[in-house]
Amino acid sequence: MDTTVANTGSEGKTWGGGNQPLRSSYGKMMMWFFIVSDALTFSGFLAAYGFSRFKYIGSWPIADEVFTHVPFFHGNYPMIYVAFMTFVLIMSSVTMVLAVDAGHHMNKTKVTWYMFLTIIGGLIFVGSQAWEWGTFIKGDFGAVQTQGGNILQFVNTDGERVAISDIAVNAHGERVAHERKNGLWFVEEETLPAYTVDEVYNGLVAHPDVLVRTQIINEEGHKTVLTREESLTKLKKEGRLVVQGANLKVNEYGTSLFADFFFFITGFHGFHVFSGVVINIIIFFNVILGTYERRGSYEMVEKVGLYWHFVDLVWVFVFTFFYLV
Amino acid sequence: MAHEHKLAIFRGTVKFKSNIQKIWGVLIFLTIVTAIEVILGIYKPEFFMHTWMSPFEGGFFATLGNILFSPIIYMKPLNLIFILLTIVKAYYITWDFMHMRDETSALRKMVVWTGVFLICYLIFILLQEGGYIQSVYENGYVKRDF
Repeated sequence: MDTTVANTGSEGKTWGGGNQPLRSSYGKMMMWFFIVSDALTFSGFLAAYGFSRFKYIGSWPIADEVFTHVPFFHGNYPMIYVAFMTFVLIMSSVTMVLAVDAGHHMNKTKVTWYMFLTIIGGLIFVGSQAWEWGTFIKGDFGAVQTQGGNILQFVNTDGERVAISDIAVNAHGERVAHERKNGLWFVEEETLPAYTVDEVYNGLVAHPDVLVRTQIINEEGHKTVLTREESLTKLKKEGRLVVQGANLKVNEYGTSLFADFFFFITGFHGFHVFSGVVINIIIFFNVILGTYERRGSYEMVEKVGLYWHFVDLVWVFVFTFFYLV
Repeated sequence: MAHEHKLAIFRGTVKFKSNIQKIWGVLIFLTIVTAIEVILGIYKPEFFMHTWMSPFEGGFFATLGNILFSPIIYMKPLNLIFILLTIVKAYYITWDFMHMRDETSALRKMVVWTGVFLICYLIFILLQEGGYIQSVYENGYVKRDF
């Protein structure tokens, strides 16, 4: 077999260890087994996401309203940036498969260049994901969380979102976060939100054209907007906490599980991309040093290639279930 | 080194002269599919936003029909299109980028059937239970909006 990397001197003997079952080398087959098990891990996560989504089917956040930003541009551009990220990842898959092909032809220069481009593509993708996280964590309009953990957002009469910072009226007697140096020693509380619910309520009273939008999805597939009277009573009676952005506890976009799964699944995928980049860099240097040239086979490039394509494959599914469906 | 590559895609409709050409061809195809997804996702045509069939009412055969036609009874056609296009993309990534097309059919089956079977099982169990919990909330046994 011309792709065999190490020779055991027992080729051809059935139990000698030199055989290649399924005409695939040991390393490649093990990479396939790993990919199957990793695929099951990811589908476990995505199915759990589906579980929570089915559980809150009537109030799940609408992705187009969550991921609307593009770096360096202002305005509302749903999907554009994530489509770009998808394209970058597919493109880096292409350079990877070109590197594998060049490896089959034992062309060291080409393998080097294609590996280099693959690494660049991976870095762009990881960077984009970091930016996406940053934007998601920072949030944009802010919302009020109710006692039951639901989210109340604010819209004007045209249905456009209104930021909490634009309506909140500063009230007297602002509470200061309790630090461990005051009063009870070594006991502190978390950073207080920039506004209190009372300030937001006063702001709602002062702005007659602002309404409350709940997270319940109506029959047209939009979030329900309350009438003016309902808005005021709802916020007064149920509002408990002002939320800005998203973290593992609260989420201004809707159900907090949405943020949890977003961080968990895209984070786990991002970690895969990151380790893929690291492995690619190692292989890249091996290629430059001529390790595979001396070994007489670029099969190692093929094996990391399999892993890299798998990362792309997972992203295709994450893209569908987080951003499209 | 002789490496055999199968150079035809779409069941032999499109044939490429070399492996490199095939790679670019698959890239173009994947890009087109992604573009279709993004355009559908942005514009959300009204036609695809409502289910094309309503559930059958009645006894055993109605239930059976609901299970058989569940993708178009319980899912918005747009979402069904997205999922199908995703599977198409996954197929071409696995078959052409990961060279599954060139492996022996036993290796192909070993990887794909195992994965598909277990994933289908997982999805069925979790979505079924999620739907059940949703129905408990819906029927007012648990209060969530307060």
